[in-house]
Amino acid sequence: ERHRAKRRDGDREKKKRRKGRRRRASRAGEREDEKRAKNYQESEGRERDEEEQAQIKTGKTAKTKKNIKNEKTRKVEQEEGEAEERNAKGKKKHGSAKKEEKDEDGGKCLRPESLSPEELEKLKEAVDERKKLIQGLRGKPWSMKKKLVTLRESQEFVEKYEGALGKGKGRKLYAYKVMMAKKWMKFQRDFENFKTACIPWEMKIKEIESHFGSSVASYFIFLRWMYGINMILFGLTFGLVMVPEALMGRPYGSIPRKTVPRAEEASAMDFAVLWDFGGYAQYSVLFYGYYNNQRAIGWLKFRMPLSYFLVGVGTVAYSYMVVIRTMARNANESGVGDDNSFNFSWKTFTSWDYLIGNPETADNKFASITTSFKEAILEEQESRKDDNIHLTRFLRVLANFLVLCCLAGSGYLIYFVVRRSQKFALDGLDTHTWWERNEVNMVMSLLGMFCPMLFDVISALENYHPRVALQWQLGRIFALFLGNLYTFIIALMDEINLKREEEKIVKFNITTWEASLYNSTVSENSTGPPITIQPADVPRGPCWETMVGQEFVRLIISDTMTTYITLLIGDFLRAVLVRFLNYCWCWDLEAGFPSYSEFDVSGNVLGLIFNQGMIWMGAFYAPCLPALNVLRLHVSMYLQCWAVMCCNVPQERVFKASGSNNFYMAMLLVILFLSTLPAIYTIVTIPPSFDCGPFSGKKRMFDVIQETLESDFPAWFSKVFSSASNPGLVLPFILLMVLAIYYLQSTSKSYKEANVELKKKLQTSLLQLLMCPCQAKRGEQEEEQTSSAEGTDGPRGGQKSCITDCRATKEQQRVTTRPRR
Amino acid sequence: MGNKQTIFTAQQLFDRYRDLAPQLVPLDYTNHPDVKLPYELIGSMPELKDNPFRQRIAEVFSEDGEGNMTLDDFLDMFSVLSEMAPRDLKASYAFKIYDFNNDDFICKSDLEKTLNRLTRNELTEDEVRMVCEKVIDEADLDNDGRLSLEDFQHMIVRAPDFLSTFHIRI
Repeated sequence: ERHRAKRRDGDREKKKRRKGRRRRASRAGEREDEKRAKNYQESEGRERDEEEQAQIKTGKTAKTKKNIKNEKTRKVEQEEGEAEERNAKGKKKHGSAKKEEKDEDGGKCLRPESLSPEELEKLKEAVDERKKLIQGLRGKPWSMKKKLVTLRESQEFVEKYEGALGKGKGRKLYAYKVMMAKKWMKFQRDFENFKTACIPWEMKIKEIESHFGSSVASYFIFLRWMYGINMILFGLTFGLVMVPEALMGRPYGSIPRKTVPRAEEASAMDFAVLWDFGGYAQYSVLFYGYYNNQRAIGWLKFRMPLSYFLVGVGTVAYSYMVVIRTMARNANESGVGDDNSFNFSWKTFTSWDYLIGNPETADNKFASITTSFKEAILEEQESRKDDNIHLTRFLRVLANFLVLCCLAGSGYLIYFVVRRSQKFALDGLDTHTWWERNEVNMVMSLLGMFCPMLFDVISALENYHPRVALQWQLGRIFALFLGNLYTFIIALMDEINLKREEEKIVKFNITTWEASLYNSTVSENSTGPPITIQPADVPRGPCWETMVGQEFVRLIISDTMTTYITLLIGDFLRAVLVRFLNYCWCWDLEAGFPSYSEFDVSGNVLGLIFNQGMIWMGAFYAPCLPALNVLRLHVSMYLQCWAVMCCNVPQERVFKASGSNNFYMAMLLVILFLSTLPAIYTIVTIPPSFDCGPFSGKKRMFDVIQETLESDFPAWFSKVFSSASNPGLVLPFILLMVLAIYYLQSTSKSYKEANVELKKKLQTSLLQLLMCPCQAKRGEQEEEQTSSAEGTDGPRGGQKSCITDCRATKEQQRVTTRPRR
Repeated sequence: MGNKQTIFTAQQLFDRYRDLAPQLVPLDYTNHPDVKLPYELIGSMPELKDNPFRQRIAEVFSEDGEGNMTLDDFLDMFSVLSEMAPRDLKASYAFKIYDFNNDDFICKSDLEKTLNRLTRNELTEDEVRMVCEKVIDEADLDNDGRLSLEDFQHMIVRAPDFLSTFHIRI
């Protein structure tokens, strides 16, 4: 019996094929056949695999897509392979469980020749009908007993009367193909599993999301994304700049730029100096000044200056690309799964995941369901609020005016303070008090602390939806921080100019020093040994690029420290105090004044964005910055995840973060643009230092490109390039690009409108077709009556009125046809 | 061909059923023994014990409506809840599960119970009421203030998550 079952198996496969089922999704089809090719007994385990496979394969696409795919494969499998399914579910069928029997059982009862053609036809029909019944049996909501009985009867019938329906084909090749397909499926599935498992911190973020809602989780998702970008930047700078110089460049101490000057040698190893990135840290691959301007280094003939320049440009280009691509992708996705018509129903009936088998996960799920309901309720309430539109508008204008005053005030204050500090610097720093010396920093920190609170208070006037209010808050604090950025850059430019003045003096001094050396050697009859100067003793120019790099690194470090300390004190200490002092305090600390802090999404997001801006600005002058940032983000992730779960409470009004996250991306793009401007300016206009860095000795940093073109590429190449930079070519090109942008913009607008139209059409036609009960009933009635008695208007008109009644408003009177109860 | 039934039963599902109460369930099912496992055993299965609707699931699939399941019921339950079951089948059983009072309609009280189970009573009464009203608003097509099977199916068929969440793997 089992033997025959196996043979029937193979035969069935062929029959399936011949029946043209392969025309369906070939992958699913193959899976079908492959399933059939196996033994029944292990169908259970296999089926599990298939389920996993279906799930995992689609696991990474968007939710809607995933389920549509699942549906499709499921449908196909349903139609094709219930047999397996049925077996696996261990119905007490007798052996064959040949769902779709096309057993060519040679020696069965009937001989086809004994029947006349019409009888053959009828028999075929009957057999087909039975087969259909067997196929659809799984979908019928009957009790098990009834299903089993029907199944057995139909199977017996089909077995008896199947008869000669097909011949077998070559089996071996087919089995081999099926096996290969199966192995490939398995490999793909494992690979998908692996890829999903590689996404870091997924569980942490899920946990946070379930407790705190999607807006807090969106910060962490943003952090993780930034971590990814910084890893790539780190890879670029580390692999293409730092490592080649460290391995193939000249070692420490061989040339002046790579050596700590004699004067500083004593203190070069001090921790304080190192913490400040002076001493040995300054004269290492971490900073610009260490790099040698030798054109090609090592046995690879690695073009170090070229690589340095290109990596600098490449990091910026890559960042632009990634940010814009993410924005585009978010914009696309936001249109897809936008069906809000059954929001609450779906939340109620499809949010519990029946697969959960672990109490902790269940807890998380309960929390997340509750949060999601609260979010949806909030959205609903917000949308229902009808307010006095004029009063609201007036209040909003007033609020914006106040905020503008604030920003203008702070901008002026910063400007004033910077001027004063420049005056102080001219006077000499020692004659002033501590406050006057650190005035700029203090003012900026104080502004950064108090203005956001002020903005928060002002925004209470505006009465926006919390998500919109968050965006306004973010925008305003952003404008405030721009002031900080502006002062920083001004200070930096001043320092650069100072250093360049110094450089001129040093250059002059060096010539006199060399001359004195030369004179002293000549005076010794020129037979003495040539004097070797220790690199440490050579007078050094002030390397402004390294200075810039150091400034950035110090800024990042102090920023990081400030963040962590505020976190520990502001959140953790506060939580500890509230928790333990509550036992012996007059009023309820937890509900009343300090209570636990909420996670400050806007502050943290802005911190992250500005931090990244600093990295972009400084990465050219301090190749170690991306590495530092990777480390910092890594630590931040763990620290903040812990702090959020431990010390924060969810916000009172939990709102859903805008799914697209495009707001953060937009701010990031602005910062990217703003931070690359100063870097580009310095690269293009300021000549590099004469004795440090990979571009020393050139007139401008980008001359390295020119040099490469001339020496490394064939002659016609540089001719082409120089002719391409002719303004006569460049201007029309720019014009063309502007036109292209305009054209693309207008076509995209028209596509969007067409999309909306199609959606509407789809909805109304689906509604018509599917499940309007009165229409179905009416349709049946119409069919029973004369087909065209009332012409085309009758049924159609009936349909229309039925639909409007059904769907439009709930307050309309009942539909004329009686509902089906 | 009745004897063949035992040989081709999916061994694993049967084993799971039997493991719940080895002393009650015989190894040989050829004589169709009438064995029912009480609900407490079913509800303590690891796949079901964290599910807030486990009692309803057992009641819907059991013959006697009390949650005591025979092997047939057991197999039926996991068949419907498997990934392969067709959507309409799942929808009709889901409807039965969420219909707490078994009157073939999901009325407001059924919705309230569902919601409270889902959120472990963390929503306020006002919120629960609001959500129930919204659900009836969205899904009730024939305006009788409660969801019939057709309303429910119409709504659930469009849900992107239904198939993946209404799924138990065993």
